Amino acid sequence: MSTTRIREPFRDRLSLIVIRIMLAVVLALVLLPLVYIVASSFSSPAAVNAGRVSFWPVEFSLDAYRAALSNSEVLRGYYNSLIYAVAGTAISVSLTVAIAYPLSRKSFYGRNVVMTLLIFTMLFSGGLIPTYMVVHDLGMLNTRWALLIPGAIGVWQVIIARTFFANSIPDELYEAAALDGASDLRVLRSVVLPLSKPLLAVLALMYTIYQWNTYFDALVYLKDPDLFPLQIVLRNILILNTPRTGAIDLAESMRQQQLANVLRYALIVISSLPVLIIYPFVARYFTKGVMVGAVKG
Amino acid sequence: MFPEVDSGRPVRPARHPGMPVPRRSRWSQAQRAWRAHWQLYLLVIVPLAYFVIFKYIPMAFNVIAFKDYSPVLGPWDSPWVGLRNFEQLFNNPVFGSLLKNTFILAFYLVLASFPIPILLAIGLNEISNGWFKRTVQMVTYAPYFISTVVVVSMTILLLSPQVGLVSKGLGQVGAGPMNLLAEPDFFRHIYVWTDVWQTAGYSAVIYLAALAGIDPALHEAAKIDGAGRLQRIWNVDLPGIMPTAVIMLILGVGNMMAIGFEKAYLLQNNLNLAQSEIIPTYVYKTGLVNADFSMATAVGLFNSVINLCLLLAVNFAAKRVTGNGLWR
Repeated sequence: MSTTRIREPFRDRLSLIVIRIMLAVVLALVLLPLVYIVASSFSSPAAVNAGRVSFWPVEFSLDAYRAALSNSEVLRGYYNSLIYAVAGTAISVSLTVAIAYPLSRKSFYGRNVVMTLLIFTMLFSGGLIPTYMVVHDLGMLNTRWALLIPGAIGVWQVIIARTFFANSIPDELYEAAALDGASDLRVLRSVVLPLSKPLLAVLALMYTIYQWNTYFDALVYLKDPDLFPLQIVLRNILILNTPRTGAIDLAESMRQQQLANVLRYALIVISSLPVLIIYPFVARYFTKGVMVGAVKG
Repeated sequence: MFPEVDSGRPVRPARHPGMPVPRRSRWSQAQRAWRAHWQLYLLVIVPLAYFVIFKYIPMAFNVIAFKDYSPVLGPWDSPWVGLRNFEQLFNNPVFGSLLKNTFILAFYLVLASFPIPILLAIGLNEISNGWFKRTVQMVTYAPYFISTVVVVSMTILLLSPQVGLVSKGLGQVGAGPMNLLAEPDFFRHIYVWTDVWQTAGYSAVIYLAALAGIDPALHEAAKIDGAGRLQRIWNVDLPGIMPTAVIMLILGVGNMMAIGFEKAYLLQNNLNLAQSEIIPTYVYKTGLVNADFSMATAVGLFNSVINLCLLLAVNFAAKRVTGNGLWR
C-alpha cells in the first residue's frame, strides 16, 4: 500500500525551520551557564582565576572537588540536609495524605469548609514575624523541628493528592470495601495507598526537593552552625564569600585564594548533583503531578 | 456535570413523584457523618491543628501591627496604638521607594515570565517527536530543580567582572569590565531573567499538556481551509490554551507581592540596594535584624492585604473578560 504524503507548503516548512532555530537558541541559553560552571569546576584554580575557562575544562584538575569534600562545614551541611530531607519528607507526606484522603471522600461531611480554610491560607498569609512568634512560643527556635514542622504541609500538594484520590479511586471500591466491613482507615491502608504509589512518589519528590533547596527557614529560625543545612553553608561560602585563609606567606595565601574561588564552582556541582541525577528518572512523574494539580482546584 | 451525591446517606428506594422529601437538618447530617466516618475526622485532627497553629494563629498575631509590641507582655496584653505603626510607615521616606521597587519588580516578573513559557510550549508542540524535542524539554526543565542559593551563586560567578563569562562577552563587544551586580539599574533585569531561565521550562509543561488536549480535528479543519502553520497557531492553539493561560496569569499575579524574598535577599548588596530593597526584605530586616516586631508586622500585613486585593481584582477581571477564573 502506498501513501502519498502531501508536502507542506513552503511557508510552513520555513516557519518550522525558524522554530527549530529558536528552540536551539533557547537550549543554548539554558545549557551554557551550566556547562560553564561544570567546566570551571574541573579546571585548575589558576586557569579559572585567569578567566581562561569557557565551555571546556582547561588544565583538567580535581583540586576544587578535593577542597570541597575536605571542608568540614560542607560535609556537615550535607549530613544535616539529608536528615531534613528524609525526616521532613516523611512528616510532610504523612500529614498531606492524612488530610487529603478525607477531603477526597464524599462522605466526609464538612469537607468544603475544611477546603476553604486551606485555600484561604494560600490567599492570605500570616506573615513572617507572626509565624516567627508562633515558632518561638512553641520553643522550636534553633532546633531541627523548626525546619521540619512550620512548612510541613503545602496546600498545593493537598490539592494534588485530593484530586488524585478523587479521580483514580472509583466509588465502587469504597462501596465494596465497606460491604466487606473495612473501616475508613483500613480502606486507606489496604486499598487507597497501594493504588496511589505514583502520587506518593510525586509528593515525596516535591517535599524532598523543597527541603533540599530551601534556605529561608534556616536563615530565620537557626543560629547554631551545627544545625545548618547545606544551602545555608553554601550561602556563607558562595555568596557572603568568607573563605578562611590561615596562610601568612603571600604565594601560599594567593594559592589558597585561588582554590577558594574554584571551590565555589565545585560546590555548585556537588550540591545540585543529587537532585539533577534523580531528575531525569522522575521528571515524568513530576510532570504528572503538576498536571493533576492543574486539572481542577 | 452530575450533582454531587452524598453517599454518607443510606440508599433509599425511589420515591413517588410528589411525595414530600423529608429534609434533615445540617446538624443531624453532621452527626450521622461523624458516627459513620469518625476515622476520617480522626485523620484530619493533626493536619488541621497544623493549619490552625502555623497559619491561622499567625493571622491573629497580626494584631501587633496595631500595638506597641513588647515580648514581655505578649501579643494580647501589649498596649494598643491604633494606626500609629502604619502612619510611621507611610511617612517613612523609605516607603515610597520600597513600594515602587516591589511593584516594578513584581510587574516586570509577571510580564516576562508569562509569555515565554507559552512560546516555548508552542514551539515544542510544532516540532516532531525526537531526540531534539526531548533534549530541549529535558534541559529547559532542569533549572527548576536547582536551589535559589545556587542560581544566585551562578549569577554572581557569571557576572563577576574578573572571570565571569558575561563580562568576557561584554569585553568582546567593546564594553569595559563592569560589575553588573553593583549597578542598581541592572538588579531587576538580573532578577527577572534568571527567574525566567529557571522556571520557563517548568511552566511550559503545563501549556504543553493544554496543547495536547486540543482536538486534532480542529487542526485538520484549519489545514483544509488553507491555514498556514502560523495561522493555525494563532487561531487554534492560542484560543485552546487560553483558559490555562488565564489561570496561570491569575496565579502569577496572586503570587506577585509574595515575590521571592529568598532571591532578592541573596542578590542584594549595599551597592544595588536603591532598587533591590523590596517589602519582604525590608520586613525581614526590620523585624528580625532590628527586632521591631510591630513595624515589621505592619509592613507584612500591608503587603498581604495588597496581595489579596490584587488577586481578587485580577480574578474578577479575568472572569469578566474570558469567563475563566479560579472560582466558578
